[in-house]
Amino acid sequence: MLKELQYPFKPEDIIAKKKSIKKQLLAANDNWLDKKIAILGGSTTHDIRLILELFLLNYGIRPSFYESEYNQYYQDAVFPNQELEAFAPDIIYIHTTNRNIINYPKLSDDSETVDNLLLAEIERFQSVWESLKERYHCPIIQNNFEMPAYRLLGNKDASDIHGKVNFLSRLNMEFYSYAQEHENFYICDINYLSADYGLKEWSDPFYYHMYKYALNVNAIPYLSFNVANMIKSIFGKNEKGFVLDLDNTLWGGVIGDDGVENIVLGPEEAEGQVYSEFQRYVKEHQQLGVVLNIASKNEEENALAGLQHPDSELSQDDFIVIKANWEAKDENVRRIADELGVLPDSLVFIDDNPAERHIVREQIPGICVPEIGEAHHYIQNIDRGGYFEVTTFSSEDAKRNEMYQENVVRAKLQASFSDYHDYLLSLEMKAVIKPFEPIYMARIAQLTNKSNQFNLTTHRYTQAELEDIAADASYITLYGKLSDRFGDNGVVSVVIGHVVEDECRIDLWLMSCRVLKRDMEAAMLDTLVSQCKEHGVTRIRGYYYPTSKNGMVRDFYSTRGFIKVSEDATGNTEWMYELTGEYIPQNTVIQVEE
Amino acid sequence: MTREEVYVRLNKIFQSVFDDESIIVNASTCAEDIEDWDSFEHINLVVAVEHEFGIKFNIKEAKNFKNVGEMVEVIMSRGEQ
Repeated sequence: MLKELQYPFKPEDIIAKKKSIKKQLLAANDNWLDKKIAILGGSTTHDIRLILELFLLNYGIRPSFYESEYNQYYQDAVFPNQELEAFAPDIIYIHTTNRNIINYPKLSDDSETVDNLLLAEIERFQSVWESLKERYHCPIIQNNFEMPAYRLLGNKDASDIHGKVNFLSRLNMEFYSYAQEHENFYICDINYLSADYGLKEWSDPFYYHMYKYALNVNAIPYLSFNVANMIKSIFGKNEKGFVLDLDNTLWGGVIGDDGVENIVLGPEEAEGQVYSEFQRYVKEHQQLGVVLNIASKNEEENALAGLQHPDSELSQDDFIVIKANWEAKDENVRRIADELGVLPDSLVFIDDNPAERHIVREQIPGICVPEIGEAHHYIQNIDRGGYFEVTTFSSEDAKRNEMYQENVVRAKLQASFSDYHDYLLSLEMKAVIKPFEPIYMARIAQLTNKSNQFNLTTHRYTQAELEDIAADASYITLYGKLSDRFGDNGVVSVVIGHVVEDECRIDLWLMSCRVLKRDMEAAMLDTLVSQCKEHGVTRIRGYYYPTSKNGMVRDFYSTRGFIKVSEDATGNTEWMYELTGEYIPQNTVIQVEE
Repeated sequence: MTREEVYVRLNKIFQSVFDDESIIVNASTCAEDIEDWDSFEHINLVVAVEHEFGIKFNIKEAKNFKNVGEMVEVIMSRGEQ
């Protein structure tokens, strides 16, 4: 994570230094997620692309681009386009703005005429989206419309059907309806961005007349950042949780010195209101499945006393892991990540103390540590960072907090057993292991894009690709759901095998780290073997491709009884499992429904 | 602000925008002298210069810079206001 690109950034520095920033980013990483991005523009997109590239590289995504010729978004979408077809985009971004509206209403138009003008615009865009979907089967990001640069009718422009404000607002509502009804279609809200930036500055016509940019060049970093956030979210690279400080972060004052009765929190006065509002904002994230944790330099009893303050919006139960001690913050962040079973760089660290922010940023590469400013600006500075950008929202996301809570209870139970097998039996685990089903596709796609640790090949798939594979008879696909006496973990494991003659080649085998050491992988193998036998397969070929994050499964195939057949200089290994003899099921602790 | 100071600050901007520390601009430096100086980079240059000197060019000025010298004259004239 380059600090220059972390919100709140300085757009002018990004514009002036983009070439050297790009060099730095490319040198800092060797484990890229490669993605092909088509930008179809209704105005100039040159620097939007260059700066989008920086923000994506910063997220570990290495893009290659197709960029339409000036204002060719419509032609590129609806007519056959060999270049774009050969490019085969993973994602398409349509950068259109109110400069692309063809006909606005005239004051003399009756309401039917205005409705028809509206319909004509909608149908033009729908034909773009439908054609792209048909040809490219990939996620589409579409700008909505920013408000107009002037208002002929003044205030009435908003309420009168002839007003541009009214017309664009209605168009936006139509776009949103389409987004609600179609998967893989996402609105990039430039209406909000331009308002946030300042509409007058955003639509400064200097940049349109100079170079046909439909927005102020100085605002491009905000637009590109916003698009990058959507893309990394679509590819499953959102952050997972907060690690929050307490003193002067969730309340004003130092509880150890001032005592719980004197911390600043609650509706009585301005500063206390600020912290209350921030606590409410933090708490709202639970609905998204964002996990809340605490790292505070405090005696634990003081920390907990603060959360019992009568005006505290957050209570102890809202947090999964609370580390209140005198250890270094980076150490506590690591321990929190460990207990959650996530990587430390998937957490957002919030602390008012610049020295703590510095040490965490230095010690934990890749972690997000926003400069949060004054207490009354915490929300602004965190919210615009896009850490938890919502694109697809699966029911798993909403339940994530419960699942982490259950993990904490399981950990306590485990401590009470001396025999691990007895502990596993006591969990009363039940699994469903079946070929891919449409209702789980979003979750399966999410898993293939964000699982890094228990992931043998780290192949990434879009939902559209997974749907194609599921429909292809030469593939064996399996998803695995696991529940136990404490709750349902949902879909946690995915296997894709490609049957070539009598051999099944394992293109993908992954599992969520939240169910490590539960023998779920053994249950998956048992079902895979029975599926293979049904397909007339006599041997299974497994692959392990090392990355910086998947060391834990280096010996996975060996543990499961596969024989290593090859290894190359980079550590890529191939494994074989012969199915000719009798197969003894490896899972003895999970009751499986196939 | 002297003309020399303007050149020193401008030079830094050119080096940064074109990511080339060997660039040294003078009054006659023009787009043909710097390989990457195309119309897209020109707008970045304009934006960077505006930010550095806290000024805004109008369209006529921004379009018609034939060389760095003309840019400097506009910057100097703004400084006098």
